[in-house]
Amino acid sequence: MKHSTVVFLKVLTWLVCLGPVAWLVWGAVTNTLGPDPTATITFTTGLTTLRLLTVILAITPIRRLIPKLGWLIRFRRLLGLFAFFYASLHLMTWVALYAGFDLNAMASDVLKRRFITVGMAAWLLMLPLAATSTNWAIRKLGGKRWNRLHKLVYAAAVCGVIHYWWQVKTGVLTPMTITIVVAVLLLARPVLALAQRRRARPVAA
Amino acid sequence: MLIRKPSSIPSSAITPKDQYVNRRRFLRGALTGAAAAGAAALGAERLAEVLSPRIRAFAGTRLQTVKSPLTTTGEQLASFEDITHYNNFYEFGVQKSDPAQNAGGLPTRPWTVRVEGLVKKPKTFDIEALLKLRPLEDRVYRHRCVEAWSMVIPWVGYSLSEFLKQCDPLSSAKYVQFLSYYDKHVEKWASETTINWPYSEGLRMDEAMNPLTLLTFGLYGEVLPNQDGAPVRIVVPWKYGFKSAKSIVAVRFLDKEPPTTWNDQAPNEYGFYSNVNPSVDHPRWSQKTERRIGLPFWQQRRTTLMFNGYGQEVASLYKGMDLRKNF
Repeated sequence: MKHSTVVFLKVLTWLVCLGPVAWLVWGAVTNTLGPDPTATITFTTGLTTLRLLTVILAITPIRRLIPKLGWLIRFRRLLGLFAFFYASLHLMTWVALYAGFDLNAMASDVLKRRFITVGMAAWLLMLPLAATSTNWAIRKLGGKRWNRLHKLVYAAAVCGVIHYWWQVKTGVLTPMTITIVVAVLLLARPVLALAQRRRARPVAA
Repeated sequence: MLIRKPSSIPSSAITPKDQYVNRRRFLRGALTGAAAAGAAALGAERLAEVLSPRIRAFAGTRLQTVKSPLTTTGEQLASFEDITHYNNFYEFGVQKSDPAQNAGGLPTRPWTVRVEGLVKKPKTFDIEALLKLRPLEDRVYRHRCVEAWSMVIPWVGYSLSEFLKQCDPLSSAKYVQFLSYYDKHVEKWASETTINWPYSEGLRMDEAMNPLTLLTFGLYGEVLPNQDGAPVRIVVPWKYGFKSAKSIVAVRFLDKEPPTTWNDQAPNEYGFYSNVNPSVDHPRWSQKTERRIGLPFWQQRRTTLMFNGYGQEVASLYKGMDLRKNF
């Protein structure tokens, strides 16, 4: 792919990824975040994190199915860092607007409320991934170990989806769509690997 | 006294009445057209209903009201826009903005309320009779949702006790149950949840007879918009919002606790009593504080009051009860 095309697509990715936070800042300034701005901020940052995680999880299966789209891998780090950025904003919403920076309130939330425990776990799982996103870290760790470490993104996505289910009221099915998408993307991995092994196996004479 | 803060409701945010009435007229026209086109596919009964719809725009009609000593003072009212566009009314969708969009089809006339169970004689009250039973009062109440947000709402209605006295309950009646309207054709969004409809709520008899418990017909001096529980609902200001059943069609007197919708869904999260209580957390969040609707995010957080600030009027109802156990 031409260098200029990559630059263009990267700029586009930045703009799209900054969209939700720009919308929130604009809404906060003009007081147009709806009747419950705190809830709007929490929901928007959380949902954007999950959406970015699904986009990231889609890259490998798409590359397997359509080898021509191999260049998609060049966007994964950027998307991953944006996912971590939104997860951190989401976490800060809780720290500032729900717990009011009260350490006791935060500790009791994490210990007592399983949706917060699992949400916290998701963020903690993403933290080492963001920290080792530099080329230097990849070299230092070695490709194999780095790859193994970054499999944590599966656990983070699963924790994120569970966090969503445990947060909504019993009987509310809103998280269903994203759950199905994440499940399909995770299952696509063993399925595609199996299909590839079948193809590779020599046909018995 | 109604003190509308002019700045809280930008005129641009409110749809002029002639516009939304027009929209309903347009929808009705569209329905009629569609019915004509697809007449063959429709049963005669449904066709008749579509051609002469029961949907009428009553919301917005001015109500004649009197002052009430039971009104809450010293609070800034939520805007009409927020009260009517931030609703939990799951029969019309689970998002807060859904009911305002979807509740237009709720047929609020004709409307009757059945009275049944442990009464001398079952009766049916027409909505027009209910409206005339007692003078309608302006009653400002704090409204605290179990989800930890709150509003201050100027309701219109009279004490539920005035109505219950007309029902002639037997002395064996210890509880009263309220059933909401349910029609899966009108409320097709209800299937977005696994809830067992119709919505059911209930109160102990002494709670229902407390003068604060309001049989509610309007807000801001006007007939209730559909999404707020038209044409008649219950408001229990010292309990979490879900205890205040909307669009009620039946009142049932019982000798034991009735099954109630959210308690059935998750008994560990929503107790039968569900009094506003900052010292009893919801399993998934603290109830110590709440977010006031309609303020910028850095001003929303405030302390939640025991019994939502109505302790003086209702604390005696729970004397000797362990409110941690009976949450």
